[in-house]
Amino acid sequence: MQALGIDVLFKGINMQRLLGGLWISLRISLIAVVISIVLGLALGVLMTGDNPVIKAVTRVYLEIVRVMPQMVLLFIVFFGTTRVFGWNIEAETASIIVFTFWGTAEMADLVRGALISIPRHQYESAAALGMEEGQIYRRIIIPQTLRRLIPLSINLVTRMIKTTSLAMMIGVVEVLKVGQQIIEANRKSSPHAAFGVYACVFLLYFAACWPISMFSRYLERKWS
Amino acid sequence: MKKNWIKKTGAAVLGLILTGSLLAGCGSGSGTTAQGADEPQAQETEAEAAGTEAADAAENENAGFRTLEEIQASGKITIGVFSDKSPFGYVDENGEYQGYDVYFGNRIAQDLGVELEYVSTEAASRIEYLQTGKVDIILANFTVTPERAEEVDFALPYMNVALGVVSHNDRVITDLSQITADDQVIVISGTTAETYLTKNNPEIKLQKFDTYAAAKSAFENGTGVSWANDNTEVIAFAAENEGYTVGIDSLGSADTIAPAVTKGNETLLNWLNDEIVKLGEEKFFHADYEATLTDTYGPEFEETLVVEGGQAAAPVQN
Repeated sequence: MQALGIDVLFKGINMQRLLGGLWISLRISLIAVVISIVLGLALGVLMTGDNPVIKAVTRVYLEIVRVMPQMVLLFIVFFGTTRVFGWNIEAETASIIVFTFWGTAEMADLVRGALISIPRHQYESAAALGMEEGQIYRRIIIPQTLRRLIPLSINLVTRMIKTTSLAMMIGVVEVLKVGQQIIEANRKSSPHAAFGVYACVFLLYFAACWPISMFSRYLERKWS
Repeated sequence: MKKNWIKKTGAAVLGLILTGSLLAGCGSGSGTTAQGADEPQAQETEAEAAGTEAADAAENENAGFRTLEEIQASGKITIGVFSDKSPFGYVDENGEYQGYDVYFGNRIAQDLGVELEYVSTEAASRIEYLQTGKVDIILANFTVTPERAEEVDFALPYMNVALGVVSHNDRVITDLSQITADDQVIVISGTTAETYLTKNNPEIKLQKFDTYAAAKSAFENGTGVSWANDNTEVIAFAAENEGYTVGIDSLGSADTIAPAVTKGNETLLNWLNDEIVKLGEEKFFHADYEATLTDTYGPEFEETLVVEGGQAAAPVQN
């Protein structure tokens, strides 16, 4: 066991530190996810509209998010705002802002995609049955859209949880960083600790993401 | 008609929400342009509309630091260290910062009479932390280079770093002239070892690897006659693995490691310089070495690595 570095996990308060790190990762990503979903739903609906100004603006926003690596965004929000405006944003808050900025754009694009994938005849048949606009959306369009949206948005959510490891670049000591600290602190006494520690980090991420996957599966089944 | 009405109200409500989110978006978007001033990646993607904001940023880019008096008045100093570079800056199993840099950091806070907060930094963000005043001092094994000295102010050095060459025990290279035309020397791409050997000893054949791990296993498998890297790395390698000897422990221009403060923070810089000179009288950094580095490097490299009282060692041979 020592060769695999399992023992270093139980040295001192290492396990507690890893769990504390996981909690920080989850706190950042889940706050960002909740805000992203709300804003993304609204923005996605808007993107399917005809207003050319809104279309252009959202297009630019989406491209910025696509083109910019998240790490650059983190540096901009954490260091850039201090340089330009003199704001001193906490590292964790800066991470939440960046992940929300990213999540909202991607979520909106997913919503837009799901909405336009509903064929025209769905609207027309519903109208032909005498439904009003509100009824058409409530009974026909929204349920189908949501069903298409769930697997896609779960992908996004788990991706956001995993990407929180980048926050270590601005000094947030999250689960992966704690793992690296443990590996390095024991480099001499257990040179192969990397295996055990990374395996543990993997399990922690898995424990965090698995329930979300299960929840999405449950929703898909319920709504199918 | 009814349809249109619903559509329009909906659009109006959502429009309000969108405006809010866009305003938030614009806020961080404009930060982007100014950041572009010294962030090459950002510059490429955000080339448009730099203009005035970038100029503003250049003006006040170092305005954020705290003077010595301000630090003492606040009762707390913030020091940026590595948290995963054993044995220089790392976190032990009780969650406490430890290491050669940290030993010094603890002393700084003690002598200033203030509380201490460590911030975990990465190599790539050390300069940013100082320039935005998010830490008062960087003690993250920061090698002094002319390029960096333009961005931050270095105090007197407290450690040497040079190149080292490690070889297999059956043929220890103690001088570069022992390397024949048939021999190959392993280096890691992008390191100072590669630059140094390419420039000063172009006759030596180099075998280049991208990562530490690849170079290490190639060397262990006998690919090269020796391996050149930072001396701290090769000394630690020889100490941790049987059958290897560091034949050359300091090669090339000896660089130094020093604390850094935000450019222009003279009161703190002067205090640090005085502190380092004063600590030299009690052989503080020797005690630091013995407490934190002996385990990794053994006692024999103490004089090679430690700089006492800010007096960097005489230039090395070669």
